[in-house]
Amino acid sequence: MSDRLSVLKTYKLYVGGKFPRSESGRVYEVTDAKGNWLANAPLSSRKDARDAVVAARKAFGGWSGATAYNRGQVLYRVAEMLEGRRDQFVSEVADAEGLSKSKAAAQVDAAIDRWVWYAGWSDKVAQIAGSANPVAGPYFNLSAPEPTGVVAVLAPQESSFLGLVSVIAPAVVTGNTAVVVTSEGAPLPALSLAEVLATSDVPGGVVNILSGRTAELAPPLAAHQDVNAIDLAGADAELAKSLETAAADNLKRVLRPGRVDWTADPGTDRLLAFLETKTVWHPMGV
Amino acid sequence: MTFDYAPAPESRSVVDIAPSYGLFIDGEFAPASDGKVFKTVSPSSEEVLSEVAQAGSDDVDRAVKAARKAFEKWSALPGAERAKYLFRIARIIQERSRELAVLESLDNGKPICESRDADLPLVAAHFFYYAGWADKLDHAGYGPNPRPLGVAGQVIPWNFPLLMLAWKIAPALATGNTVVLKPAETTPLSALFFADICRQAGLPKGVVNIITGDGSTGASLVAHPDVNKVAFTGSTEVGKAIARTVAGTDKKVTLELGGKAANIVFDDAPIDQAVEGIVNGIFFNQGHVCCAGSRLLVQESVQDELLDALKRRMATLRVGDPLDKNTDIGAINSAEQLARITALVEAGEAEGAERWAPACELPSAGYWFAPTLFTGVTQAHRIAREEIFGPVLSVLTFRTPEEAVEKANNTPYGLSAGIWTEKGSRMLWMANKLRAGVIWSNTFNKFDPASPFGGYKESGSGREGGRHGLEAYLNV
Repeated sequence: MSDRLSVLKTYKLYVGGKFPRSESGRVYEVTDAKGNWLANAPLSSRKDARDAVVAARKAFGGWSGATAYNRGQVLYRVAEMLEGRRDQFVSEVADAEGLSKSKAAAQVDAAIDRWVWYAGWSDKVAQIAGSANPVAGPYFNLSAPEPTGVVAVLAPQESSFLGLVSVIAPAVVTGNTAVVVTSEGAPLPALSLAEVLATSDVPGGVVNILSGRTAELAPPLAAHQDVNAIDLAGADAELAKSLETAAADNLKRVLRPGRVDWTADPGTDRLLAFLETKTVWHPMGV
Repeated sequence: MTFDYAPAPESRSVVDIAPSYGLFIDGEFAPASDGKVFKTVSPSSEEVLSEVAQAGSDDVDRAVKAARKAFEKWSALPGAERAKYLFRIARIIQERSRELAVLESLDNGKPICESRDADLPLVAAHFFYYAGWADKLDHAGYGPNPRPLGVAGQVIPWNFPLLMLAWKIAPALATGNTVVLKPAETTPLSALFFADICRQAGLPKGVVNIITGDGSTGASLVAHPDVNKVAFTGSTEVGKAIARTVAGTDKKVTLELGGKAANIVFDDAPIDQAVEGIVNGIFFNQGHVCCAGSRLLVQESVQDELLDALKRRMATLRVGDPLDKNTDIGAINSAEQLARITALVEAGEAEGAERWAPACELPSAGYWFAPTLFTGVTQAHRIAREEIFGPVLSVLTFRTPEEAVEKANNTPYGLSAGIWTEKGSRMLWMANKLRAGVIWSNTFNKFDPASPFGGYKESGSGREGGRHGLEAYLNV
């Protein structure tokens, strides 16, 4: 047993590719499943949420305009970086969710594999979601999916890492940018994921990560006029209803919460939820 | 010397409108439970065409119950059998298309050449297209054996009454749902005639229910707890109210809402073709089109040439009797809509834009508005921001493609856009940058049942038409 005192990490937010503290100066205590102190996490404010939306909007043009091949490689790079930090995430997930090391390792492995799975979708989703349309006239007519824009993502409360990855990756692989509110009680794996994203060629602002109270951060995001969609995975039924109501004000796309087994094959639902279909017509003739 | 067109009216005798209609619930016409009725008038003459029932919440409930009862058998029917009902409906619509076109022009005010050559062919085509999907849903890309949702509550607008009915009912039935549909208050008749087509086709009772009424009827249909799916086409304002109503429920919702489409003309565009496209874009159906090209963005260098040609063309548009085969622009659908158009046009003048309309004699009875364009429009003007839903075009200019994109996208709407240029790479670059669900390049206002239609942002969500249109009615 070494006498060495360990160096603790100051957990910070991830906004616009930078690691700020909450502008409010607030933190809250994060504990493990047994109630032991783990860290102080930033208690983000409404202002932090608005700043994150600005960063996400700024990043949208470049990220949605990048080639699908490029986005796929960037996301694959995230998986490579995660693999290198596997032990760290296993230990954080074990603490956060009260899991044994082996069960936590299974969660982390599944999360890395899921990231790889989604990365491969970048240049395939248009081929399953698009179509050539045989219209009754001399027209070339093609439908293709495009990203919806800025997506607010309320990460699942229970699954602090596998669930988190399962909501971020499908939103951003298609070219959306995201403002993510972490699991309220278990934010540390998410805040560590930010460090991975920052070292994986993901442009700043593509994913922004906020820890804090879901019930405090979600309403300003749901009501924000420059947010195009919201994933309510981390909201309970009552909060979800009020957020969906607020989201109607600029007709955000809303993905309602449901019972999800995060270990199961995710299918394409989340991938397709934040896409718009664009149909282009052009006459044919000489 | 001037030449005048002789009147060329289509005969009304092909359509027989009853003095009154009940609600079509569970295969029977019956009055509203409280006996309430309202009149539907022809907007071109203000003549009362018929009296129809005003459905209250009891009637909505009865209709939903009928649809629920019919759902069990209808959804269990093999897809191939459902398909045959839809093919029958498509064929009967083709057979009765002249009658329905005249009816539509009478009740809506649109020119017969449009109801006859655009609306009705598209209505039949839509049923024919979705009929073929009914037994192929396993191959639609939504997994094996995708299931219907249940009872669909559908609320449609007055601008394309029968076509919007087709867009709603055809995919709903093909996928095995049953339907309660509410047509618009000012255009209930073609939906009631469609009820008779369902009878002729032998469609099982309760699969399609038609309830007439006003906004309150629609609101109570949308809010009904036993409705599984809400489909709405109409204003963004009502669309938002519907989105609030369904919040926190399991109801699936699709919305086709307003628009303020940019029609963008570059200096290399063929001017004559562009002018036809601009005219079609904003004056088709009196401009009562959610995807109308209501903002003309013209490159500065061709502004004068284009506007001269456009004004010459506008001067040849014939406004008048919808049943006259030579009419280009029919009647505004209602006094209320006319008032809205008038108010926005007055705001355009008050805010400093310059109004122009060709000399144009309007009939004395009915609701009319001359084709109008505004120049000197800025992006801050109400006529550049708000949907007018009438034959009014706002002209803005740009210098570079980047500026055109910026201006085109500077709206909460995102339904459609037009691009006129001979340069293919520029067309594709523009199509890529425009945030809108339908891009017409070197054409405008083209529709087809195989082509998905729907908006970005506040123009709504979900798609109608094509394979994409199935998703709205499947449990996926």
